Amino acid sequence: MPATDFIELSLDHCIKCTICTAACPVSAVTDLFPGPKYVGPQAQRFRRDGEAPPDDTVDYCSGCRVCNEVCPTGVKIMEINTRAKARIVESRGVPLRSWLLGYQYLIGRLACGPLAGVANLFANLRWVRVLAEHLTGIAREAPLPSFSGYSFRSWARRHRDPHAAGATGRPKVVYFHGCATNYYEPRVGEAAVAVLEHNGFEVIIPEQGCCGLPLLSNGIFSHGRHHHQYNVAQLYSYAAQGIPIVGTSTSCTLTLKEEAPELLAMHDEQTRVVAEHTYDIFEFLRLLHERGRLNTRFRRIKRRLPYHAPCQQRAHRIGRPALDILELVPGLTMVESEAACCGLAGSYGYKVEKYRIAMDVGAELFDFIRASGSDLAVCDSEICRWQIDHGSEVYSVHPIELLREAYGLAPGA
Amino acid sequence: MSRSLTADVLVIGGGATGVGVVRDLALRGIRAILVEKGDLTHGTTGRYHGLLHSGGRYVVKDPQSAQECAAENEILRRIMPHCIEDTGGLFVITPADDERYAETFVAACRACGVWVDDVPLAEVMRHEPRLNRKLRRAFAVRDAAADAFLATEANAADARARGATLLTYHHVTDLELEGDRVTGARCEDLRNGEAVTIHAAYTINAAGAWAGKIAGLAGLDIAVVPGKGTMVAMNHRIVNSVVNRCKPPADGDIIVPIQTVAVLGTTDIAVPDPDVFGIEPDEIALILAEGEHLVPGVSRMRALRAWAGVRPLYRDVAAVDDRDIPRTYKLLNHRTRDGVAGFVSIVGGKWTTYRLMAQEAVDLVAADLGIAIPCRTAVEPLPPVHGAPKSGHLTLGGRLRHVESEELYGDVICECELVTRRQLVDAITTGGAANLDDLRRDTRLGMGPCQGGFCTYRAAGLWHELRGADDAGGADAAAALTRHFIQERWKGLAAIAWGDQLRQQRLDELIALEVLGVDLLPAAVIADGARHPTVVTEHAAIATEYHAE
Repeated sequence: MPATDFIELSLDHCIKCTICTAACPVSAVTDLFPGPKYVGPQAQRFRRDGEAPPDDTVDYCSGCRVCNEVCPTGVKIMEINTRAKARIVESRGVPLRSWLLGYQYLIGRLACGPLAGVANLFANLRWVRVLAEHLTGIAREAPLPSFSGYSFRSWARRHRDPHAAGATGRPKVVYFHGCATNYYEPRVGEAAVAVLEHNGFEVIIPEQGCCGLPLLSNGIFSHGRHHHQYNVAQLYSYAAQGIPIVGTSTSCTLTLKEEAPELLAMHDEQTRVVAEHTYDIFEFLRLLHERGRLNTRFRRIKRRLPYHAPCQQRAHRIGRPALDILELVPGLTMVESEAACCGLAGSYGYKVEKYRIAMDVGAELFDFIRASGSDLAVCDSEICRWQIDHGSEVYSVHPIELLREAYGLAPGA
Repeated sequence: MSRSLTADVLVIGGGATGVGVVRDLALRGIRAILVEKGDLTHGTTGRYHGLLHSGGRYVVKDPQSAQECAAENEILRRIMPHCIEDTGGLFVITPADDERYAETFVAACRACGVWVDDVPLAEVMRHEPRLNRKLRRAFAVRDAAADAFLATEANAADARARGATLLTYHHVTDLELEGDRVTGARCEDLRNGEAVTIHAAYTINAAGAWAGKIAGLAGLDIAVVPGKGTMVAMNHRIVNSVVNRCKPPADGDIIVPIQTVAVLGTTDIAVPDPDVFGIEPDEIALILAEGEHLVPGVSRMRALRAWAGVRPLYRDVAAVDDRDIPRTYKLLNHRTRDGVAGFVSIVGGKWTTYRLMAQEAVDLVAADLGIAIPCRTAVEPLPPVHGAPKSGHLTLGGRLRHVESEELYGDVICECELVTRRQLVDAITTGGAANLDDLRRDTRLGMGPCQGGFCTYRAAGLWHELRGADDAGGADAAAALTRHFIQERWKGLAAIAWGDQLRQQRLDELIALEVLGVDLLPAAVIADGARHPTVVTEHAAIATEYHAE
């Protein structure tokens, strides 16, 4: 059978047990979504190439992958749904909003830098958001991230590795920063570089583009494919030399590892090699630790902090490496949330008809964080952090920032 | 207890042919009664793979059948588009087939007037990505997929609307003879044991594979050979169009995409009794092995169910093998053939030619009755019945589109086949359903991956809610219905118990036995002498006995 359709073929594993629908955070809060079993393996039997897509409700799938996680038989439900959405887009055209959400990095590119202050002010004016909601369907309340006054790449150009002097033959690592780090949160990338260099690595930051996940999840597959091909071309030569590629955005790394190759049926050698060499940064640090190569001289941090493992992090199926590493920090206690999802799920919660659903899905997480009494939360995904800030009004950081603090490395170092 | 009915014509057999005959009679204004011992389509019609023949299959060996199929194909597309999905069909030469057959095939298609077109393999692979990449040639034909349940129901509904009476669960126990003339039949109403005598000037035997048994009641011998064909339904549509091997017809050489499944077929084994046959493991193995030539990997994909039907083959020539018996139909006028008047048998044929068979039978009978009204079934469209699209062709997505547009997803009883509560309530309260298996034929209840593992209980509950007061047995009747349907579904699962479907069966079993304790429900044997007036689950006359080897 062609390697292209194992996603659709996985529907054959469905035994209708309904565990996915029972676990689905979206169908738990709205009747508009009939649930992953219905829109996934069940509806897929009624879809036919060459026939107009017969259904709409699959659009209410947030793509959080909780269904995949709980499915006892291995149905690729979220991927079936995402492909179904892509077929709807292919058949009915791409709405303006999907272009905006899919290409939000272009907006980031324009507004990041000296104009960031003005752009942030403008983007958060109430009348601007109301107008934008009417014109584009992007919910007025949804949490927009703040543009950074400088991009991560501009920081990286100025950055001098403090360990570089006199060091030769240091192991190399490629850092995939992603759009959010570049335009909104350079601090995360700075922390990652600091931690990696502190552990004796030479950090390479090659040219790179958006991973394409926002395009894929909005069903614009052809553009998502271009992005992935570009990134594979940029990263392949490093991967081919055995240089690991690490990322701080769990969604970008998941896209490189699995989502893009699977959804787009890209099974060529270069794509495969890049996927095999890509790691979530804490997955990478944990590997180092397992080999006894992680620097574990940490300062004591006497704190008890709530941690949420984002959906895209769980989809890596690597356990909780951030917790495994942060556990090594004396005095630090991490308390993991049991909430299924923050609700935002990429661009889902930005859509006006889904904003309320996203907030309702996230309610359990918001309650957990508020109940912790902490003024700081920890989460690996930027999108989830924005939603946590918005829903619980508690500031959140990437665990790598916490690790840098544990190493006693000052921001900006 | 007995009743007596009178009509101009009595039709025996509620399959495609019999129902086609009764509609043709009704269109000509002839008063007709149809009797069927089970539910409509309970026999061969409800157990065939769903192919609307282009004729391609028969062009080389059986040109008359090919021509009939080609002509009827166009007529049926016109009069009942809502029962036909225009999938198109392919004849493909696999590496296992003789490439020289291609020229024979194309020449024979041309000679028979069967439309055929040579298709570039690249185009075939684009449309059918799962087909064998090593195909050598491919030809497009006008094959399509037909929903025989919907089509028969549409014919029945139109016949009823035009005054015909259709009696299901009426088992013919004897033919009425006056001298050398058949004057009707004696039946038993299986739902209450009542004797029903039907007087008719003419009797048309359209009992298909059972036609030999019916003719035997008048002491006549007709050589109907029940030709068992076993099929395997795959869990989803693995091909978009009908795919045939381009070679002389043989076992396991076709895949028909019909509704949500793809049917691999078939075998052809003569059986002595159309009510007693089994599915042998080697048949399944052969079908899957042959299927591998068309779709590599198919034998490792999820099979949904296996079942068998019996072809009504008529042997009037010396044929060595079942496959050598022509697929054409034959109208037997027992007055000229056997000296018995008022009785004809329409035998052989296939679903695609059901309308033509009906036309020919009714032409003869009408002429004998002195009625000069011509046949109109080739031009009079069939109104769509519930469950069929209101306009246009049947499409795979139609049922999902319906549930979505009406926002019925909270009201789906059979989730696999998207049967809604409303459809089921209609079928329970307005049709002649006598058990859950009849509801299945009306609605596709329980025909999906879980094979009734979930919906059986919901449907039995609805039945009890809506008809419990009529069923003398009350809850016992619901229990009997539940057990009967589970057994019916199980029958088709035993032959393919491996892989994903075995895992499904295990879950179904746990639900039935461990969660619901179905085996502990009060025994409600609904048998002769203690019948519930509307429920029939077991009766010797309608039970197909699958024997295990």
